[in-house]
Amino acid sequence: MSAQIFHDGEADLSHSVKWWTGRVLIYGVLILWAVICLFPIYWTATTSFKMAPDVMQGNMVPFVDYTPKWLGWKSLGLSPDTIWTESTVREEFLRRFWNSTVTALAASALAVALGSCAAYGLSRFSYRFGFMRNSDISFFFLSQLILPPVVLALPFLVLYKALGLLDTRIGPILLYTLTVLPIVIWIMRDQFAGIPTELEEAALVDGLSIWGAFLTIVMPIALPGMVAAFILSLVLTWNEYFFAALLTSTNAKTLPVMVASQTGSQGISWWSMAALSFAAILPLIVIGVVLERYIIKGMAAGAVK
Amino acid sequence: MTQDGDLLHVVTADNISVARRRAGQALIWGSAGIMALVALSQVLQTTGTRDFGFETWRPTLYAYAFWSACLCAGQVITRGEQGKRVLFVLPAALFVLSMVVFPLIFGLGIAFSSWNLSSPDGRQFNGLDNIRQMWADPFYWNALRNMVWYVLAILPEYAVAFGLALLLNAQIRARKFFRVAFLMPLMLSPVAVSWMVGKSMMEVRFGPLARLARALGWDNPSFFGSPEIARATIMLMDAWTFIPFMMIMILAGLQAIPKELQEAARVDGASAWRSFWEVTFPLMLPVSITAILIRVIFKLKLADIIINVTSGGPGGATDSVTSFIFREYRDRSNVGYGTLLAMVYLVIIVIAMTVLMKLADRWMRPRY
Repeated sequence: MSAQIFHDGEADLSHSVKWWTGRVLIYGVLILWAVICLFPIYWTATTSFKMAPDVMQGNMVPFVDYTPKWLGWKSLGLSPDTIWTESTVREEFLRRFWNSTVTALAASALAVALGSCAAYGLSRFSYRFGFMRNSDISFFFLSQLILPPVVLALPFLVLYKALGLLDTRIGPILLYTLTVLPIVIWIMRDQFAGIPTELEEAALVDGLSIWGAFLTIVMPIALPGMVAAFILSLVLTWNEYFFAALLTSTNAKTLPVMVASQTGSQGISWWSMAALSFAAILPLIVIGVVLERYIIKGMAAGAVK
Repeated sequence: MTQDGDLLHVVTADNISVARRRAGQALIWGSAGIMALVALSQVLQTTGTRDFGFETWRPTLYAYAFWSACLCAGQVITRGEQGKRVLFVLPAALFVLSMVVFPLIFGLGIAFSSWNLSSPDGRQFNGLDNIRQMWADPFYWNALRNMVWYVLAILPEYAVAFGLALLLNAQIRARKFFRVAFLMPLMLSPVAVSWMVGKSMMEVRFGPLARLARALGWDNPSFFGSPEIARATIMLMDAWTFIPFMMIMILAGLQAIPKELQEAARVDGASAWRSFWEVTFPLMLPVSITAILIRVIFKLKLADIIINVTSGGPGGATDSVTSFIFREYRDRSNVGYGTLLAMVYLVIIVIAMTVLMKLADRWMRPRY
């Protein structure tokens, strides 16, 4: 190898330094924010394996600072040595978990079904309900987003009491459907607007009815949008606390209500609270990692026209 | 919201026989009659004139559901093809109407009465007493003032979200990892977050954030001690959960900007700073305003974190309207007063949002 003949000019070298500082700065900020986002999750996960001294000494890294113990999970009945034995806490937890699952899934499915149909109709036909035209009907649906839950909460409390729907799963399901419906319509309207009407025209010429065309031609194309709307509704309904706290008590209580009711009573036994919290957020972490694409698609739907 | 773009135009020849139309109408009115009958008998039952053996109002609910189904079916029977189109929107519209409009009207009735759910007297109309009580209630006004602060906190949130979106849009490696990581806070339930962050990480003695604060020279870190700090902490926690939301909307907007524009700016010799302020930012204005408006709507519902972390304290400094009404109901189980507060809040929100949207409409119009 001979000596280098061509050298970078002085100006280019300074450019390279500038580029490198820019890179370091960008990645520094990105990593800092990633830590801010992920540390609470890490903290909860590790705390659920701690014991009292570890908590008080502020040990952070498992296996290095302290040896993980199953204490927190044992109190939940989910540690290896208790999982096959009877545990009232675990039963309670699983019941709440099941309630949350059923409520969230049913409400999201109902909202997507109602919302997709409405969004499709609004993007394809012109309606007149009294003085209301298409844009008014759309606005009517979307304006429900503004309605704060408090306004409905107390009237519904009284109504559900009269209807015998307090502390049932149906009650929250209907309310959650209402709260996510505007979001679903928002996303789906965007989705259907991007599908050319020629497709249905061809299907109608070939003899399908309008519902047949919707169900067999348009829906499969709009499926990614529907999945996005479904996942987004699922996240919102799974996390819902306010209505659940007011309208459910013993039977239909959902997981967030259980977590909230435990926070006050546990004092410093952080390991069991951490285990409970972590178990409550785990499904959504999994959904977030696996289906991130759909969530982003759903939230971006309204942004770009 | 004024899109009436690509509509499907199909001409259909419907000839519906008179008998069919009559049958459809009979179905609708018949089921309406059944509903009226059931409702009437329930009213008689509650007033005590007759006993039909109803325990709850559920039969009326079933009759209502039956009538709704008949109304939908009747549309198709009486109007044929046109009815099938109406069928797309009608179920959702009926659902929203019955779930919103009816409770709202009912709520108006409750708002002007004193109704303690645990007392046996039941509901008593008390006219404007609730309004007078509200007028003199310092905690309600305090909660409303807090809401203004909480809403103003959206602006710094927006700045941070914009910065993060710009970073994610830059040429970086492991973009997917960062996107997932940044999205995480939004997925977590606010209740779990309020324990994870508010109750354990910010715990004065052992929480890692308190330790960090001590290491940074804050001798006696207490995140919920003084009103201002407590409010700021709640703002931070809420920002932590919702920054990903704005970030993703802005990111989607950034990705939709054609690359040529920025390249043209660079060719013209604009610095990164100027090309941001004079090209990117103005182009992002519509998306930004949409994101902020939606964020305002979500912010106005803020309650879960407050209820679980501070329950309004210290001295109502962190109360949002929602959490205040929640406690008002929890402590005194007075449905009437709580509903009135909520109704007033709704009126304020509707006025404020209308003004905001009008202003946003004006700002969004591009200026050339």
